Amino acid sequence: MVHAFLIHTLRAPQAQDAGLCRVLYSCVFGAENSPDDPRPRGAERDRLLRKEQILAVARQVDSMCWLQQQASGRTPMDLQPQSSDEPVPLHEAPLGAFRLAAGDPFQEPRTVVWLGVLSLGFALVLDAHENLLLAEGTLRLLARLLLDHLRLLTPSTNLLLRADRIEGILARFLPHGQLLFLNDQFVQGLEKEFSAAWPR
Amino acid sequence: MLPSLLPGDIPSDPAQGGISGSRGQVPQLQVANTPLSFREIQDEELQKFCSRVAKLLQKDEPGPDAVDALQRLFLIVSATKYKRRLEKTCVDLLQTTLCSPKCPEQLQLLCAAILRERSPSDDLSLSCDRVQSSQQLSLVASVLLAQGDRKEEVRSVGQRAFRVLESRQPEGPSLRHLLPVVSKVTRLAPHSLHEDQTSLLSKRLVDWLRYASIQQGVPHASGGFFSTPRARQPGPVTEVDGAVATDFFTVLSTGQHFTEDQWLNVQAFSMLRAWLLASSPQGPSAPDSDDRSELEGSTLSVLSATSTASHLLPPQERLREKAFEYCQRLAEQSTRRALRKGDADLQKACLVEAVLVLDVLCRQDPSFLYRTLSCLKALHTRLCGDPARARALLPIAQFFLRHGEAAAVDSEAILQHLFTRIPCELFHSPTLAFEFVRFCGDSLPLFGRNLDILKQSFPNLFKLLAWNSPPLTSEFVELLPWLVDPGTAVEMLHALLDLPCLTAALDLQLRLSPAASERPLWDASLRNPSCLEASRDPQFQALLQHLLRAKASGTVEKLAPLHQLLQPMASCARVVQCAEAVPTLLQAFFSAVTQFADGVLANQLALLLLERCDSLYQVPQYEARVHRVLSSQFLALCALHPSLVVELAKELLEFVGSVSSVRSRGAMLASVAWAIGEYLSVSWDRRCTVEQINRFFEALEALLFELTQSRPSAALPECPPQVIAVLVTTLTKLASRSQDLIPRVSLFLSKMRTLAQSPAPSSMHREEGAAAVRARAAELLTLLKMPSVAQFAFTPSAELSKPRYHRDANTALPLALRTVSRLVEKEMGLLPG
Repeated sequence: MVHAFLIHTLRAPQAQDAGLCRVLYSCVFGAENSPDDPRPRGAERDRLLRKEQILAVARQVDSMCWLQQQASGRTPMDLQPQSSDEPVPLHEAPLGAFRLAAGDPFQEPRTVVWLGVLSLGFALVLDAHENLLLAEGTLRLLARLLLDHLRLLTPSTNLLLRADRIEGILARFLPHGQLLFLNDQFVQGLEKEFSAAWPR
Repeated sequence: MLPSLLPGDIPSDPAQGGISGSRGQVPQLQVANTPLSFREIQDEELQKFCSRVAKLLQKDEPGPDAVDALQRLFLIVSATKYKRRLEKTCVDLLQTTLCSPKCPEQLQLLCAAILRERSPSDDLSLSCDRVQSSQQLSLVASVLLAQGDRKEEVRSVGQRAFRVLESRQPEGPSLRHLLPVVSKVTRLAPHSLHEDQTSLLSKRLVDWLRYASIQQGVPHASGGFFSTPRARQPGPVTEVDGAVATDFFTVLSTGQHFTEDQWLNVQAFSMLRAWLLASSPQGPSAPDSDDRSELEGSTLSVLSATSTASHLLPPQERLREKAFEYCQRLAEQSTRRALRKGDADLQKACLVEAVLVLDVLCRQDPSFLYRTLSCLKALHTRLCGDPARARALLPIAQFFLRHGEAAAVDSEAILQHLFTRIPCELFHSPTLAFEFVRFCGDSLPLFGRNLDILKQSFPNLFKLLAWNSPPLTSEFVELLPWLVDPGTAVEMLHALLDLPCLTAALDLQLRLSPAASERPLWDASLRNPSCLEASRDPQFQALLQHLLRAKASGTVEKLAPLHQLLQPMASCARVVQCAEAVPTLLQAFFSAVTQFADGVLANQLALLLLERCDSLYQVPQYEARVHRVLSSQFLALCALHPSLVVELAKELLEFVGSVSSVRSRGAMLASVAWAIGEYLSVSWDRRCTVEQINRFFEALEALLFELTQSRPSAALPECPPQVIAVLVTTLTKLASRSQDLIPRVSLFLSKMRTLAQSPAPSSMHREEGAAAVRARAAELLTLLKMPSVAQFAFTPSAELSKPRYHRDANTALPLALRTVSRLVEKEMGLLPG
């Protein structure tokens, strides 16, 4: 299952040092609870910890993405479609995976799959033995849907004030963090259902 | 301005944008037209905004302005990692709205998102006990499950979900939204379900997996403009290649519309593997029997009414049986040529999942083994010729590793194929590389006698590392101790030092490969490296082939010509990244190798360090970083095996004799000189002779003379004072062991005191260094005045490490230390006692 999904900013390709990495949206599916730590902690501290965990993931994705782009000698510019009508070639977007050891930052070991699209990073935090191929497909699908339905490529679109759409997409395509084996027709069916509820 | 998505236009603060929106109805919360950051909104303003939200939510039919306001509230709550205090009425209203049956989905999602973002929170009064609709239960559950199980929320959500599942009204709520909740609850708290609940779900899963309708669904009777009478008569579902389905429905069956049970089929397969693991007797233990009575009876009514031969099997076994059939069907379906790209991708993911599920089945019930083996063998043969589906080879290999012995099948051929072919063909796929290395790490306990295949394949595994060093370095740090053994250590150390060179060679290989035009993966900024043509030269071909070998060869080639050839690629970002990872990997290598290295291996490795320290691929800063590790590891090897210095006397003499590259390998020279001073002594090795000590003395003396006499020139960097200090100290140590040398070294030391003073100090740094060298020379000179004390101080006996030596004030050490410090500090001829 997926533990968390997040959207965050990626540093500019020319930037040498890590800029400020901002989490734009995150969703944690069910809280981790630790059996070894029975001490009740304050709700506020738990929330702070969760936010820090997500930020830690975002920072790592940011540098992994930057390193991969640098290694392949490309910039996110190469992905920029000529007009906003054209779809972003997501199959060429940088994609990768890395592992998070137990305790750093999550209690359980996790795997992160990430996708960098222009200046945005999308990431899934997975249980250690999740089907990575399915997760990659799901992540590409989510990114495509979010780009399309939130019209992220249109200037002055505000991702931040469209949380309902993100939630609506996640509720259908990644319900409670369950990766789904959706064939093309199922995707279309769900997308139609979503479009009916949120006309563009 | 709110963030746009233009590259380079990264929002500096995405939370900026102000609370005010484009809609006029939303309260203007701007101060003097300055958009406030959402993070900086003051409490007072927030409370005002909350009451506004509350008012909007209290309306009979909250409209678009309520949606707008909730979106802003979500942003305020989520934009900060600290807690925002919301008015109680507002929080209560969010919960009521979430639970209200008539509320539009948009609002409910937002309410749930806000409450989830605030969690864990102590002021939540939400409960799922009365929620009827499964869609709503799903939303409420998303909030409750985020609470972190403070008040057993996970359990109560699970119980409620099962209550709905059990009710099974024909026109009841769609279970589609319920299964993911159950799946999550099982994941978070596997013990919270009762045995009969487990059986119930297993039974239902059987129905959904195996008996979903094979007719297409009917489009929703919306009477839409385009609906035609034909659409009302759905045909049979089809396969991904368009053919009419030949067997039962699976996730790889398609159609225009889907029925409810087909949706459940998808959900059921998606959660199958996790459920099989969680519901097995080996998994979570039997539930506590407290609440058992209330559920008994209710489960009987929902026995599935199918009449197959396996009908009488217990639900768990029956589910395994059906899961097996499902996986077999997926394997069959994945041979079809998908018409859509999305379906082709899904086929690959399904193959992986099918193999993983089969593995679980065979672990839980070995009677599946024989049936599975024939299926997987055929699958393996098919996949071997299809690099696009190579990912599924990993779970297959894991399957054979786990079950090969029980099934009396040799997994060797499968592993050989995997390790020889896949890394060199697909090293450039970041996710495959990651998964491959994870597979190696996860399967370590399973390799058994096949561990040799893994160890021998390290050159191929290093290709994955060389190409994808950032995400894989930490994986290899964990893997290296398993890969290295006395037989491969020397070859592996060479390979590690040549890792950046391997990166460059792989890049070259990609550029030269026939399919190059389809895979523009290399650094395009380096368009036509001159080495491309030169690399076809047979002289280089042999070396390249050695560098790109798939398996450990047992031989070592001098790759220096290749370093030269590949020099134009040394500045490629990927090569530089790899070079940065090497010091970490070397540390991991040595900490593993020193666990088992005997004298012979320690000698071999030490020689290798001497030899390689000036034969490295020239990547910016690579040499200096590697020298730091190599020099400290050389000392570690000497400490492990002190005889090394005597045994390698010839080679060490050669090393200190070649002054030419002293300046580029100062760190290494310092380590070698220090090791000579420490370990060239009869107390470490009886074979050490006075002649040997004299020879080393002369070599080092000549070296030091050359270093100190040569005039500082602009072309050469200054010899570091650390190296001078170490050389001086080593000479003194050797003199203390062969006392005929004392006059010579004393003369040299007294010259050093004046010599270092004479050249005009050009910089503060240099002056500090010279001062340190002078001080050291003065100390050593004083010590040498008492040869017996000097010998004791410079060559302490091995007993020094015994506790008695430190505790007993009369034995020697504390006494000697006091004497030595008095001598050094005061320069007075005080005798001990």
